[in-house]
Amino acid sequence: MSQIRFTKDHEWVLLDGKIATVGITEYAQSQLGDIVFVEVPAAGKALSAGGEAAVVESVKAASEVYSPVAGKVTEGNAVLPDAPETVNQDPQGKGWFFKMEVANPADVAALMDQAAYDKYLAELNG
Amino acid sequence: MTMPATASGNQGLQFEQPLIFEQDTRGATAVDLPALPHTRERLGTLKNTQAIGLPGLSEPEVVRHYTRLSQKNYSIDSGFYPLGSCTMKHNPRLNEKMARLPGFADIHPFQPVSTIQGALELIDTTAHWLKQLTGMPAVAMSPAAGAHGELCGLMCIKAAHVAHNQGTRTVVLVPESAHGTNPATAALCGYSVEAIPANSEGRVDLAALQAALDKHSADVAAVMITNPNTCGLFERECIQAAEMIHAAGAYFYMDGANFNAIVGRLRIGDLGVDAMHINLHKTFSTPHGGGGPGAGPTVLSAALASYAPVPFVVHGKDGFSVEEHAGLGGAQDSFGRMKGYHGQFGVFVRALSYMMAMGADGLKQASGDAVLNANYLLARLSAEMTPAFAGPCMHECVFDDRFLKGTGVTTLDIAKALIDEGVHPPTMYFPLVVHGALLMEPTETESKATLDQFVESMLHLARKAKAGGAEAEFRAAPQFSPRRRLDETKAARKPVLRWMPPTAGASSQAAE
Repeated sequence: MSQIRFTKDHEWVLLDGKIATVGITEYAQSQLGDIVFVEVPAAGKALSAGGEAAVVESVKAASEVYSPVAGKVTEGNAVLPDAPETVNQDPQGKGWFFKMEVANPADVAALMDQAAYDKYLAELNG
Repeated sequence: MTMPATASGNQGLQFEQPLIFEQDTRGATAVDLPALPHTRERLGTLKNTQAIGLPGLSEPEVVRHYTRLSQKNYSIDSGFYPLGSCTMKHNPRLNEKMARLPGFADIHPFQPVSTIQGALELIDTTAHWLKQLTGMPAVAMSPAAGAHGELCGLMCIKAAHVAHNQGTRTVVLVPESAHGTNPATAALCGYSVEAIPANSEGRVDLAALQAALDKHSADVAAVMITNPNTCGLFERECIQAAEMIHAAGAYFYMDGANFNAIVGRLRIGDLGVDAMHINLHKTFSTPHGGGGPGAGPTVLSAALASYAPVPFVVHGKDGFSVEEHAGLGGAQDSFGRMKGYHGQFGVFVRALSYMMAMGADGLKQASGDAVLNANYLLARLSAEMTPAFAGPCMHECVFDDRFLKGTGVTTLDIAKALIDEGVHPPTMYFPLVVHGALLMEPTETESKATLDQFVESMLHLARKAKAGGAEAEFRAAPQFSPRRRLDETKAARKPVLRWMPPTAGASSQAAE
């Protein structure tokens, strides 16, 4: 069974078994504006929870994408370096950043669910 | 508003200037060289068989081309330039006159030191005043820019840790309110970087700093704090921060890019700082932005002084001399050399000219006026705009985009509309901790009349945005510039970096 969770840094993580897919949310892409560069991690890279995992650059700013949980990268989205606009077009689908094998699936469950994230966004937009 | 089309493409005195390669007239030339005397051809098969593609133009065409390009520049010499975090202030012409004195301009770094005693004295005197103004015992003069100075400071810190068998320290802590170059410098020096969050006032959160120091305990090599920070705020708790940092066995690096806000009023040595670079173009009025080069002398505490890079000027028994070799003489512990020759000498001449022309009282007034001007903008613009933090501010003020909420107009639109007002837009979307930020640094060299004119432009735009219905007009800005709004996304995704000659049968074709 898959479950989607969110971080306060506006990453989403979708867990399926031990493999999690990570990207940035619709809100994050709308705040960044047109994305012009994405750097995704290589397979095999060890990630710590909250550690830098990827880089995203828009016409406004360059930002880091943090790993929501600890684990090891199994695949970076090879499409993004050549087509960064994919993140703007489909942030929570084809614009995923990387897949990782999570060290502890319970870490994912502890993140915000959709309802909690929606509430968090509502507070941000006050 | 639609401008009438012209046959030439020019708009009045705004010329539509082609690239120099597109003005090529085969055979045209500005010089008439005599024919070569008969020489024996030695190139054989290496001889060039094709034209090398240099454009042919007459002298008046070349002059006109570059004059027109120069007229497209916007600079502090032509108008108000309130770019936050950059300190675009007037470069006094006296500095330039001094830098052109033959005794400074016509010397060479390889000259015997006995023939350049005056130049060495100038470096030494500049160093003296930088030490006096910061209350620090040593300064490395050779770093070639601010970020290079940061690197110098961190390399001194690394050398000190290694010398004390603390070389295993791998973490540098950098607050969110620091300059963006700080984490880059730490990473270049081989450190991993951890961010310290800002508190709601926009300042370093000391509790968070302590937590990070505790978390990494013996791994923290240094903490880098920008003061005043990029929110234009003074970090009031630097002395406490310094005590915490030193208690953890780490060094305190202060980013001195904003020293122009405190020079003459505060000696950073009194705050417990171990290293700080000084951007001479920001605090001491040397050219900035294309007119460089930069210079980033780095002041050092007693704990770090002996690791300073070579070369440095010393007082010898026969006048001034230069320590050039790490590991020898007075440079036993120096970490080495990070820049060819003696630093940006021509910039030192300008900086010292400024210091001597201003005097201690003048420098103090300059930092006061810089802060006064920023607070004047903060106060007047707060009538229609939303300050990100409560004042007073230091040398720059920052607004967020709450005042644009619901208008459909963005920070970017305001910035573009300012171009039509004849003003270089402020820094936008930075610092990152401020939503839709507009960061303004008016500098001390602007008059009240200039500031008032800018305020009227800003208030006019803010009122127009808030009145509603102006979204399309804002989106169309700028309307009066040589180019309308550029497609930044396409420029970043598909940059055209090289001109290619048109191929036969095709019109001008650009390579990607």
